[in-house]
Amino acid sequence: MKITIDGVEAEVEPGTTILNAARGIGGELVPPAMCYYSKLKGSGGKCRTCLVKVTKGSEKDPRPMPKLVASCQTPCQDGMEIQSVSSPEVVEARKGVVEFLLINHPLDCPVCDQAGECHLQDLSYEHGKARSRYEEERRTFDMIDIGDKIKLHMNRCILCYRCVMLAEQLTEKREHGVLYRGDRSEISTFIEKAIDNEFIGNVIDVCPVGALTDRTFRFKSRVWFVKPLYAHRDCPTCTGKTTIWLHGQEVYRVTARKDKYGEVEEYICNTCRYDKKSPSDWTIEGPATVSRHSVMSATQYKEGIKVEAPKKIGYGNISPR
Amino acid sequence: MAGKLLLEHINVPGIKTFDVYRAKGGYRAVDKAFKTMAPDEIMEEVKKSGLRGRGGAGFPTGMKWSFLDRSKPEKPRYLVCNADESEPGTFKDRYLMEFIPHVLIEGLILSSFALGSNNTYIYIRGEYKWIIDILETAIGEAKAKGYLGKNILGTGFDCEIHVQTGAGAYICGEETALLESLEGKRGNPRIKPPFPAFFGLYGCPTVVNNVETLAAVVPIINMGGDEYAKIGVGKSTGTKLISACGHINKPGVYEIDLGLPVDEFLNSDEYCGGIRTGHRFKAIIPGGSSVPIIPGDLFLKTLEGNGRLMTYESLSEGGFVSGSMLGSGGFIVMDETTCIVRNLWSLSRFYHHESCGQCSPCREGTGWLEKILHRLEHGHGHMHDIDLLVEIAKKIEGNTICPLGDAAAWPVASAIRHFREEFEYHAKYPNKVAGRFAHVADYKKELNAIAL
Repeated sequence: MKITIDGVEAEVEPGTTILNAARGIGGELVPPAMCYYSKLKGSGGKCRTCLVKVTKGSEKDPRPMPKLVASCQTPCQDGMEIQSVSSPEVVEARKGVVEFLLINHPLDCPVCDQAGECHLQDLSYEHGKARSRYEEERRTFDMIDIGDKIKLHMNRCILCYRCVMLAEQLTEKREHGVLYRGDRSEISTFIEKAIDNEFIGNVIDVCPVGALTDRTFRFKSRVWFVKPLYAHRDCPTCTGKTTIWLHGQEVYRVTARKDKYGEVEEYICNTCRYDKKSPSDWTIEGPATVSRHSVMSATQYKEGIKVEAPKKIGYGNISPR
Repeated sequence: MAGKLLLEHINVPGIKTFDVYRAKGGYRAVDKAFKTMAPDEIMEEVKKSGLRGRGGAGFPTGMKWSFLDRSKPEKPRYLVCNADESEPGTFKDRYLMEFIPHVLIEGLILSSFALGSNNTYIYIRGEYKWIIDILETAIGEAKAKGYLGKNILGTGFDCEIHVQTGAGAYICGEETALLESLEGKRGNPRIKPPFPAFFGLYGCPTVVNNVETLAAVVPIINMGGDEYAKIGVGKSTGTKLISACGHINKPGVYEIDLGLPVDEFLNSDEYCGGIRTGHRFKAIIPGGSSVPIIPGDLFLKTLEGNGRLMTYESLSEGGFVSGSMLGSGGFIVMDETTCIVRNLWSLSRFYHHESCGQCSPCREGTGWLEKILHRLEHGHGHMHDIDLLVEIAKKIEGNTICPLGDAAAWPVASAIRHFREEFEYHAKYPNKVAGRFAHVADYKKELNAIAL
């Protein structure tokens, strides 16, 4: 099937969503996605940052779609013509969504562990407005500990439902979900109990913002002062392929490896994530790949990190300014 | 007096019971359909009748039925009756179900037969607690007489009707959220497509219809689709229940022929009986809280000076600039003592409270709207807030998963379009409006049609 996004033609398999087609093309026209996660069934459609305009429905039915559509949920049709960044309407709508996502966000980036690797930071930098028009009080919640390893900081949550989908995949019962509704909704486990699952630590990695953080890493270091290295170990539960974050000779934290859209490649188990904090536990493969736009590429460890070549544009998809 | 179809026998004592309803000609349609008609013929009649969904959107019912996926005979098909009537200003379904429940049950039997649904659900809002008993009694009676259960009237068609209660969420009136809730999950609207006609309740093909729509199938079968289509004007056929409330002399539920002039509906003694005595007509929300509010003069006459009729088309004439919508028939009339800012704040408070929180524009936007309007109403507003409200409404509209976002945005946009000076008054003279229940701005001017 042939589709056109912002004037770029591409050949896609039937059933591919517009977002994935755009990711196949790459570059500036890739819509940002805060809730869609290719590895999680049922994710997407919620954050509305990936809105695009369909100017031609398909070869058979060339009518344009009446509203902007969520590209992560809309399958491509043969002959479809789509506008992403080339449509002022789309750019304006994305700005609106970013503004909505930020009005109740605490903007506590200076003390947030996610700062530096936060998708919301990138999103608001690329698509947001410089000033907020929000004068009202922000909604607040108390922090919750989900077990002794995970901290839930609901103020920062953008309700992307990724962790809910992950927990749904991992556990049999509905143990992790959303309470209440509207802007008072909050993520919760049943009820404030830790989920007993070997892989539940991955909710930290799928969280696009600093709402779910690793309690063993909290406030230890800014992410750009630790050095990411690919490493592996023989693990009986998971594949053991991880990224370890070194500070000197100390392993400050262990995370799963992420692709250029910030999505986890393979889930890792809680043992690897929390308990293997000595360099001797790991066989180091080499420096992790970091987008050249990432704050991590500009640190004192610059030499130690493999920075992506300029042509391949990473998660950020920003053109060099 | 116009002919009544649904509420014809509403004043007969004991019409709630099967025997009285039967004596007044009830279940004639089922007898006729089950003995002489095939399921497809019922659907044809509904198509011919031009019946449109009475829940608000006005989608042609026959067409909706024909979309139902019949290609997989191994999968059950479901009919779900949407009785989660929660739109502020709308109470027509309650009236129908409370006083003449058998007309709904009869409509459900006919529709289930037409669609091949062996398990039919009535999803009713939890606040209608007493109606659940009424419905279940009616279902029990119908079952005892052989109109429900196994092998109805010897046709070999089995049908059960189950009543399921919601837990008080407005969003569960949206059809996919309703299905989620019916499945026992959190009532979040699903992302469409797939539509319920293909992937509905428990993943099976499903049709969701409003109470009044399903009840209207009974007169359609009784009189024939063509005959039914003769009532009304153009594409708005048949009769409609209108729940009139607000500052009128005779609030209540009225059954009207679509195409009735609005002037007659509002002012004649047969219906609303005019604006409450001694007051002037200011504004109206003609179709339940989610439709745009329009000033009284624009309601009576369009910008071109034509009188409006009570039809889907005529009320929306002029689009969003000078028109509104028939919606679900929640007819809210306001006289000159109503403060539009307070009214809008109250509506946006409702949408803020009822937003499901799934998609960001609606979750955050409705809260923002409510907070700004709260400030304006309580004397802490600024002039720039008014434009900000319009901006936010624009950002929500059309960018959400379900129509709740639109429903929250339209009243804001229309109220500011038509009554901007009232908002400006609130921003300019904060101490005149602050902390008082006396919420009337200096609104003594004659109303003129303003179209932006």
